[in-house]
Amino acid sequence: MIDLSQSLSDAICEAESSLTLLRIVGSDTKHFLGRQPIGEPIDVSKHAGIISYEPTELSLTVKCGSLISDIQEEINRSGQQLPFEPPNYNSEASIGGTIACGLSGPARPYAGSLRDFLLGITCINGRGEILRFGGQVMKNVAGYDAARLMAGAMGTLGLILDASFKVLPVPQKERTQIYDVDEKTAISWMNKLGGKPLPITGTCFFENELRIRLSGTEASVTSAVKEIGGTEDPNAEKFWIELREQKLPFFENANILWRIIVPPAVDPLKLPGKSLIEWGGGLRWLARYPHEDDSVYRLSEKLGGHATKFRGGDRSEEVEHPLSQQMFTLHHNLKLAFDPAGILNPGRLYREL
Amino acid sequence: MHSSQLITELERILSKDRLVTDVETLRPYECDGLSAYRELPVAVAIPSEISQISAILKFCMSHEIPVVARGAGTSLSGGAKPLKEGIVLSLARFNKILEIDPANRIARVQPGVRNISISEAAAPFGLYYAPDPSSQIACTIGGNVAENAGGVHCLKYGLTVHNVLKVDVVLANGEQISLGSAGLDWPGYDCLALLNGSEGLLGIVTEVTVRLLPKPTSAQVILAAFDDIGTAGNAVGSIIASGILPAGLEMMDNLAIRATEDFIACGYPIEAASILLCELDGPLSDVTQQVEQVQNLLISEGATEIRVSQSEDDRLRLWSGRKSAFPAVGRISPDYYCIDGTIPRYRLASILRSIYSLSREYELAVANVFHAGDGNLHPLILYDASKPGELQKTEELGGKILELCIRAGGTITGEHGVGVEKLNQMCIQFSEAEIAQFHALKRAFDPKGILNPGKAIPSLARCAELNGMHVHNGALSFPDLERF
Repeated sequence: MIDLSQSLSDAICEAESSLTLLRIVGSDTKHFLGRQPIGEPIDVSKHAGIISYEPTELSLTVKCGSLISDIQEEINRSGQQLPFEPPNYNSEASIGGTIACGLSGPARPYAGSLRDFLLGITCINGRGEILRFGGQVMKNVAGYDAARLMAGAMGTLGLILDASFKVLPVPQKERTQIYDVDEKTAISWMNKLGGKPLPITGTCFFENELRIRLSGTEASVTSAVKEIGGTEDPNAEKFWIELREQKLPFFENANILWRIIVPPAVDPLKLPGKSLIEWGGGLRWLARYPHEDDSVYRLSEKLGGHATKFRGGDRSEEVEHPLSQQMFTLHHNLKLAFDPAGILNPGRLYREL
Repeated sequence: MHSSQLITELERILSKDRLVTDVETLRPYECDGLSAYRELPVAVAIPSEISQISAILKFCMSHEIPVVARGAGTSLSGGAKPLKEGIVLSLARFNKILEIDPANRIARVQPGVRNISISEAAAPFGLYYAPDPSSQIACTIGGNVAENAGGVHCLKYGLTVHNVLKVDVVLANGEQISLGSAGLDWPGYDCLALLNGSEGLLGIVTEVTVRLLPKPTSAQVILAAFDDIGTAGNAVGSIIASGILPAGLEMMDNLAIRATEDFIACGYPIEAASILLCELDGPLSDVTQQVEQVQNLLISEGATEIRVSQSEDDRLRLWSGRKSAFPAVGRISPDYYCIDGTIPRYRLASILRSIYSLSREYELAVANVFHAGDGNLHPLILYDASKPGELQKTEELGGKILELCIRAGGTITGEHGVGVEKLNQMCIQFSEAEIAQFHALKRAFDPKGILNPGKAIPSLARCAELNGMHVHNGALSFPDLERF
């Protein structure tokens, strides 16, 4: 197994002294996310492989260049999975990039998010120092949780070398029920069911069709179906994969694809354009929104959430939800603490970070 | 600043009845759950408005006066231990549940609310707050955030960090800020994860939004006895490997079993080398099926006796022993010292053997209580503080046990925090560059270092001196330990 830790650390040290801006590249499947990348590419794709995997410990440690699809294949053999259901983008996405982007799939509100399953990280900060935070064990409160800080930081605080995750068993049985309902009913229903002890692991509403995925033992899924009714979706597996990969027809020609996060029970947003709801109402995708103003940011914030231009639009402009002045100062201070020269993925998350 | 001057300044912000300054009333604040370490602060401030917290911090920052936040004072690592030149900021008045929102399954609470009160308030909606540290009837949610508290159900339901959605914080400069959101994620960096487990070093939490979960329809617990602790350890691995995720999976060794049985007579088998408690929860059909599966597994793994709870009372009775293990051990020894290392589970048998041999070497008995599901070990060292030198010997033994945990690929603290007691072991677990990075992170929040200074993260000088000392003694205590 190739180990590039030292050469990557050397490269960052050199970049720091020459003030060369670096763009961290794994499989390059998520260049569409965040602001447009700038700087010299630093390739981490060959730093790949499973370092350790102990099914009885429910823990997995992998190098950043490892592909999500390869990891899934390996742990599926022991009947386990990455419970946060990350997209694998044509089986090319790497785990390092997935962590940096903090991406979780349809199971997120029920199983937890990527950062929830992250146990530890080895990274290189902007000074070229190799640092390990967290560990491989489930419980660890020694030092600040700088490992989780790396999730979603878009590589602006450190280059992720390897990471440890908690993994979980694959459920015995999965089944999806479909209902023909309007948006308001769907939202209220998803939340009502979310408050009951049912084995729900996915929810999606689009064009008057609500899908509810149940996973668990044969017995619990059967008894949940009895309780919640609906018609079985025979093509469910394909549907959830296409949702996870943002490959449903809804995601095509979106113009700007907005990803809007709100408290799940919030009423329909009634924004012009097309919308798709998942995460029990907590994630509202918005496509073909006809305006170029900031109203999506304002509305989501008013409702207690936030919005991101997930795909499309002018990526040289800001694409993440605007931060308050205090939050920006804190972000700026953190960036300085990890990458004082500002060489790691500069401007990828926010222009000034 | 002279203490009388400091008190005069605080009186401008708080009325006299919100300020404790006389030695007698200060006394209850001199320590937390780690009572071996004590110190009297200059004053205890008990504000009731966020604006007062803000004003106190602004003042303390400008005069570089240390501030130690305090909830219920149940920390087991000295997180709330006062500092001599500083003040204690008590959040006791912030004790209201602001909102239970059943539709979004969240609760908004003030930091001084007790952990168990949240579940009690959510119960009418069929919801509860999952993390349940054993001090849950006393400990507050603000302290839970500061320590990233765990409990016996972490394996399935996570720690505090997995169950808190948002915290409102007053920063060291007095500014108010919200981290996280009532939604499922937030823009920018995960500062919320940083606050969880930050031991009061990054900000003062003034409001917490937590996630509520639907109460499982049923739960049963299985007690299994083993005549060998290694066999019990293997059984834990087999349960996990079978694809079952227990809600709780606890282990106790013989000394802990005997102490507990003497204390509350809950029917534990006192001859067993160890017992396992395995709780399964969820839909009734799942629980019934999994109880049978686990029973069969335990028998094939060599359990000498198995009992399954047949009623809710029965279940609570089986748990009552485990939950009173600490006070039970407290009865058989004048003092005990609780260790909190975490290890990969498969190392359990060998680590326990090493602990028993250290116990003989130091001539101090050790009872072991173990969150087996998530590898979190709680050896309780029995000692007598009135015997000269025994506390010191105990701390040394504790340090040795933590070093074993690091060497096994684990960590020095799973849920109790570093506080004042594990600073030396931090120097072993982390490299100099990592410690320096922690200090830089702290400065991003608190540039003058007024919040709980000296706790959680050791100074670089301390580590340098300590590591130097290890070498000076002839050889490193663990030459095969990686020191990055």
